[in-house]
Amino acid sequence: MNTIERLGWSRNEMAQKAAMDIPDGSYVNLGIGMPELIADHVPAGIEVIYHTENGLLGMGPVPEKGQEDIELINAGKKYVTAIEGACFFHHADSFTMIRGGHLDISILGALQVCEKGDLANWSTGKPGAIPAVGGAMDLVAGVKNVWVITDHNTKDGKFKLVNNCSFPLTGKGVVDRVYTNLAIIEITEAGLKVREMAPGITFEYLQEKTEPKLLQ
Amino acid sequence: MINKLVGSDAEAVSDIFNGAIVMIGGFGEAGSPIELIHRLIDLGSKNLTVVSNNTGSGNVGIAALIANRQVSKMICSFPRSTNSVVFPELYRAGEIELELVPQGTLAERIRAGGAGIPAFYTPSSVNTPLADGKETREFNGQTYVLEYGIKADFSLVKCETADRYGNLTYHKTARNFSPIMCTAGSTTIVQAKNIVEPGGIDPESVITPGIFVNRVVEINDPLHESILVASGERYPQ
Repeated sequence: MNTIERLGWSRNEMAQKAAMDIPDGSYVNLGIGMPELIADHVPAGIEVIYHTENGLLGMGPVPEKGQEDIELINAGKKYVTAIEGACFFHHADSFTMIRGGHLDISILGALQVCEKGDLANWSTGKPGAIPAVGGAMDLVAGVKNVWVITDHNTKDGKFKLVNNCSFPLTGKGVVDRVYTNLAIIEITEAGLKVREMAPGITFEYLQEKTEPKLLQ
Repeated sequence: MINKLVGSDAEAVSDIFNGAIVMIGGFGEAGSPIELIHRLIDLGSKNLTVVSNNTGSGNVGIAALIANRQVSKMICSFPRSTNSVVFPELYRAGEIELELVPQGTLAERIRAGGAGIPAFYTPSSVNTPLADGKETREFNGQTYVLEYGIKADFSLVKCETADRYGNLTYHKTARNFSPIMCTAGSTTIVQAKNIVEPGGIDPESVITPGIFVNRVVEINDPLHESILVASGERYPQ
């Protein structure tokens, strides 16, 4: 069967779920792709500062049409704004923030996450694929809390939450929590623990879409 | 020379030799010194090793330098982007070498090169294929991988404002790798949007001290890679 199901939360709802979990006062790095959406969903009344690895602390929302600055971009090379009180810095300082443990949370996309928290998100390792690692290996090595936001399964229905990553690793035992369209899952010593499921998703359905055994 | 001003962009790059290691500033097009790159294409130096975060887009700037078969090896963290076609084709054909480096390791290798530090240990890439074959060592129970500093024969960067001493300021996220590349280049060549008299930059606001800079050329109205790519431009035409 070739039918592609995408149930549960929309991408924006997933971003909102992750944004709601960010503690007041956090410094947060947002990776390329779906993590970029999170900047649009900071709840009112809390202060969060977004870091982008290309040299900006205090990244703001996407600019209005016509207000873009070609030299004000995020890690995904998309136009962004700088909030009042933002600062710019060079790459060695930016990765001093990352590797030196100064950021509180890193939110990344993923190709695969295993039940021990290994992350693969930079290469499928296939012949002809162009490997591109960017800052992901530094982020998982240096940031205290690493969250992943990703669709629960691949477009062709394969597992992304797996027993063991088959793609080259970004880091070993680094992921703390995963937000998918179906559920929010904590990576614990005991295994993958389901914290919340999207409306209409049953535990049995979630287990069917997940390779490792889930804990309720 | 204390006075870093040179007369033209062509003169600024005229001694880049075959086989040189060349650092090129920029993150995507932000900070990419496109005029200096195009003059390097005019010059035609071959067998270059280029250190830059990306491999360019379309058929202008770094991508055009690669397409002109002047680059034998790229050292970078992210060699693909939405409009990058030149590098992927040559890479798949086995006609260009790639040294893929985590972005923070790339930045620190450049910083170390400029600071006289030959090597350092980092936690990034431990337990991944990018640490294969590299020396590792434990500190306080954690494993780190040995990485080497990089120096360049030439660094090419773009800045916002310069004075004739070579003091520089940058524009927003166009700063990225440029300040550290200025320190790591034996000859650092800068294209500046504006040149002011000494004292025209507040000493408290100087980002790159002039001692790291060898040549400055004024390019008031630089080309923008994304605009050239959108209109299908190629260099050389």
